[in-house]
Amino acid sequence: MMADGRLVGRVALYGVAWLTLAFILMPLVFVTWLAFFAQEIPSFPPEGYSLKWFGAIAANRNFVTGFSTSLQVAVAATLIGLLIAVPASLILARRQFAGSAVLNQFLLLPLVVPGVVMGTSIYVFQIETEIATGLPILGSLGGLVAGHTLLVIPWTVRLVTASLTGLDRAAEEAAQSLGANQWTTFFRVTLPAIRPGVVAGALFGFVTSFGNLEMSLFLVGPGRVTLPIAILQYLEWKIDPTVAAVSVLQILLIAVAMIITDRYVKLARVV
Amino acid sequence: MASLTLDALTKRYGDNVVVKSVSLAVRDGEFLVLLGPSGCGKTTTLRMIAGFVPPSGGSMRIGDKDITTLPPWKRNAGLVFQSYALFPHMTVNENVGFGLDMRKVDRAETTARVAEALRLVRLEGFGERYPRQLSGGQQQRVALARALVIRPDVLLLDEPLSNLDAKLRLEVRLEIRALQQQLGLTTVMVTHDQEEALTMADRLVVMSDGAVRQVGTQSDLYERPADLFVADFVGRSTMISGTVAGAGAFRSDGGLMLSCQLSSAEGAATIALRPERLTLGAAAQGLANHATGKVTFVSYLGALLDVHVRLNDTDHVVVQIPNRSDGHVPAVGDMIEVGWPASACLVFPREVA
Repeated sequence: MMADGRLVGRVALYGVAWLTLAFILMPLVFVTWLAFFAQEIPSFPPEGYSLKWFGAIAANRNFVTGFSTSLQVAVAATLIGLLIAVPASLILARRQFAGSAVLNQFLLLPLVVPGVVMGTSIYVFQIETEIATGLPILGSLGGLVAGHTLLVIPWTVRLVTASLTGLDRAAEEAAQSLGANQWTTFFRVTLPAIRPGVVAGALFGFVTSFGNLEMSLFLVGPGRVTLPIAILQYLEWKIDPTVAAVSVLQILLIAVAMIITDRYVKLARVV
Repeated sequence: MASLTLDALTKRYGDNVVVKSVSLAVRDGEFLVLLGPSGCGKTTTLRMIAGFVPPSGGSMRIGDKDITTLPPWKRNAGLVFQSYALFPHMTVNENVGFGLDMRKVDRAETTARVAEALRLVRLEGFGERYPRQLSGGQQQRVALARALVIRPDVLLLDEPLSNLDAKLRLEVRLEIRALQQQLGLTTVMVTHDQEEALTMADRLVVMSDGAVRQVGTQSDLYERPADLFVADFVGRSTMISGTVAGAGAFRSDGGLMLSCQLSSAEGAATIALRPERLTLGAAAQGLANHATGKVTFVSYLGALLDVHVRLNDTDHVVVQIPNRSDGHVPAVGDMIEVGWPASACLVFPREVA
């Protein structure tokens, strides 16, 4: 009886695990499959296979500029996000002060607030700022980057803070006793020690920014598109495997980023 | 190397005084150990010397130089931590060379001095390894080499052996002491392990509640403890409370009349007895103090036996005797004679709590 009960339990566990994995992977598999269909209207079974939709991406100016904009914005937002998140994490992880717990939660807020709400509020904020200062903010690349930085910060703060709490302060004190001032200590000892958290935070921030649609919709100027917006606009008129092909490229880009990152820091250890 | 002087060093956190006006003079080349139970302020004192904790009052000097307000990186103090605190992303060579790098020593000299430091701690050939590839004892020796290579004015050791297993601890203890003597290093070590303190130090400082209780050599502390706390903390003592009844006379709370070499004024007092100074059996009869008691417990320590003897309803003593094959081993319940000379009684006035 006991052995039977255990067997049933194990089968059930494996069954649920595989079902969940299939559920997660299904869309990726179908999108990838679809990208190679020969016919224009996606229907099953495929009438044949072709690579022409990948060619169609290059011919579509919106996709090309969208990709380039998304890349620029994501890179800039990630870098600025790190510049803010690393010092913020250092203080949050090491100093207890009035409101430090609140501030910590506050920095994670962009994960919780719906993208549309964030987009609207930043949109309104940028209009008001533009009226007040006369600076061309709304619709500029800088305005878009500023918004996306908010998307990056929760990831970087959370992951850098996590790696800081595991760090032995004595190593930093040892460096100082050996003659390193605070700056040298930070760059030679602290930063290398928290590098996995920094890299992982940057990666997740980058991916979040690169794939963001809701906030970008509010903040792009006329004629400017990010890749997700370009995909949305394309879908308004056509449903053909070009969109699937774009998605495949995006999946590949992120997968490659993760694999390269994993070579330097074991992501499974940080996240 | 140089002397180290602490003058009325004090640390306060709000109303809580954790180090109370500590003054010490560590001589050039001396190994001084700060000993005390946890929370006695010894670690805070060491961290003030290292520069990580700003003092609330008092001053510190290395040689003639006032270091009270210098940041840690300008003090030239070599520091070894309980947790080793090696840089995990650097090789052993890079770890040891770090301090020289900070001092802009050129590459050829760095290589030579790092090799020399690793030779001193018997880790030649380990230079290319990473800390995680070394055992705890080896890591601690790297930490020591890293602190020595900068030729520090003072060497500061913060419970350096606590993370090592018992056998290794003995080995590294002797190694550190030998190196310290060979190089003539002015050293301050913090520990709560009195055996470690007794075997390594030239002089010891016993601290409790942020204050220095006694400064002295091993025998000063053991033979002539300044107060009841030191008598209890350094070595083992059994206590008999009672009153000093006159010159050389002490009446225990249990009614025993004892003769002592008095150092205490009349009034409530406590006698501390070292267990190995007491004698059992017939030999006890000729001593200044003797009484008959009942054996309540015998603990077998291998080379030694601890015999607990109840003398009356309130007084009891622990006697430590060598475990000789020809000797009689007392059994629980035996009535036995216990004696000790007047000189074995350390008398202290009762501390007002």
